Amino acid sequence: MWQFFHKLGSPKWFFGIATRFMPWLLAAGAILLMAGVVWGLAFAPKDYLQGNSYRIIFIHVPTAFLAQSIYIMMAFAAVVTLVWRMKLADVFVKSVAPVGLIFTFLSLFTGAVWGKPTWGTWWVWDARLTSMLILLFLYGGAIALDRAINDEKSAARAVAVLVLVGVVNIPIIQYSVEWWNTLHQPSTFKLTEKPSMPAEMWVPLLLSVLGLYCLFGWLACVRMKTEILMREQKTRWVRELIMAERG
Amino acid sequence: MNADARPSVKPVSSAVGPLGAMGAVFARDVRVAFRQRQDLLNPLLFFIMVVTLFPLGVSPEVAFLKQSGAGILWVAALLSVLLSLDHLFRHDFDDGTLEQLVLQPQPLFLLILAKTAAHWVLTGLPLVLLAPVLGVMVHLDGNSIAILCLTLLIGTPVLSMIGAIGAALTLGLRSAGVLLSLLIIPLYIPVLIFGTGTVAAAAEGAPVAGYLALMGAFLVLAVTLAPFASAAALRISLSNS
Repeated sequence: MWQFFHKLGSPKWFFGIATRFMPWLLAAGAILLMAGVVWGLAFAPKDYLQGNSYRIIFIHVPTAFLAQSIYIMMAFAAVVTLVWRMKLADVFVKSVAPVGLIFTFLSLFTGAVWGKPTWGTWWVWDARLTSMLILLFLYGGAIALDRAINDEKSAARAVAVLVLVGVVNIPIIQYSVEWWNTLHQPSTFKLTEKPSMPAEMWVPLLLSVLGLYCLFGWLACVRMKTEILMREQKTRWVRELIMAERG
Repeated sequence: MNADARPSVKPVSSAVGPLGAMGAVFARDVRVAFRQRQDLLNPLLFFIMVVTLFPLGVSPEVAFLKQSGAGILWVAALLSVLLSLDHLFRHDFDDGTLEQLVLQPQPLFLLILAKTAAHWVLTGLPLVLLAPVLGVMVHLDGNSIAILCLTLLIGTPVLSMIGAIGAALTLGLRSAGVLLSLLIIPLYIPVLIFGTGTVAAAAEGAPVAGYLALMGAFLVLAVTLAPFASAAALRISLSNS
């Protein structure tokens, strides 16, 4: 266990592992996402109230899921950065923050597209929309702070502090905004309850959520590998790697 | 002339207890601030000007101002606290005082708590005292003004505490002011919601004790947790420079 933990701290080791896992992640992500989206868009039954317009749920919910869980993952990595000073945790936070930002934006965008036919408006100042918008600001802040600090180590630790402060605040923000205004339908999935929609609807949804997670794993690996190469460009293993690539 | 005639050396700082050190930091910050009085006045002027913009920009009608007055005052107060945060550590950072502070044997978070408390007394408290005047100008009734001042009294220390984290994180960076706002505004949202919500509830005649209790909870959370984050951020910023 601990040996694994220590190995994980080594960028070189991670580089090798990531290279080996990436094709599998990509394949799993592509298959699951295609299955989920095609099933959801073409074969799942119509919603009796919302008609076909509800089908954007198969894109909207996965992106919203990812948007939130990426921030939680960043918070765990931030703890690792501050406590164990593990290089790889910095690399993770730095690499996935823009991905989180984009998923948050996508969920807001698909939400707006969904809101137009259902609520008759692109945007309402409703609790869940607003808290997603605030999440977008939090991602933006973390990225801006990272870019503003030149020294790599200080940037990583400052961002880690900011992400932790943010993650403490997220439940507070969520509850206060919820108390402030509520219009959004309640969550589709809850871990503790059976979903309220029929299986033909939630199975494809689950598939696309899982698919997007795999795709996120692949994206994170790509970005982390790039970041590692940039940071370790002076080390011997990177040089050997580049030489081997060139032949 | 013998050795006894020399003035006695003050005890080394480790002999000063944490409370003594906090008091010293607090007193020093207040004294330094009063030597540059204009800096104290600026956030207040800003506060008044932002409030003035709303009747000019939106509508001077009594009905509108009555309804949104509390929100306007809260937003203006939030912005002026934000504006003043840049000064919280900046001067001490520039002249090296901050490094001395970090080197003290007393825990850094306590010293930061004292510094932030001084910041609140110098910017937040004057805003609270000025709020009734502006409340009258936006046609709030007496009861609403009283509740508004109470929420500002509980809420502005939270703004200072959270803001200190941002100020510590952006210390010594280019364009720190804008960055500070980007980092901190999302974290201010719950305070704003409950601050204005309390006044709205009071205007409808609903009981406000629950809202005030929640704001009190924010204050307790901010006072107990934020100084640790600020201290960590400060150490990072200092190691960076």
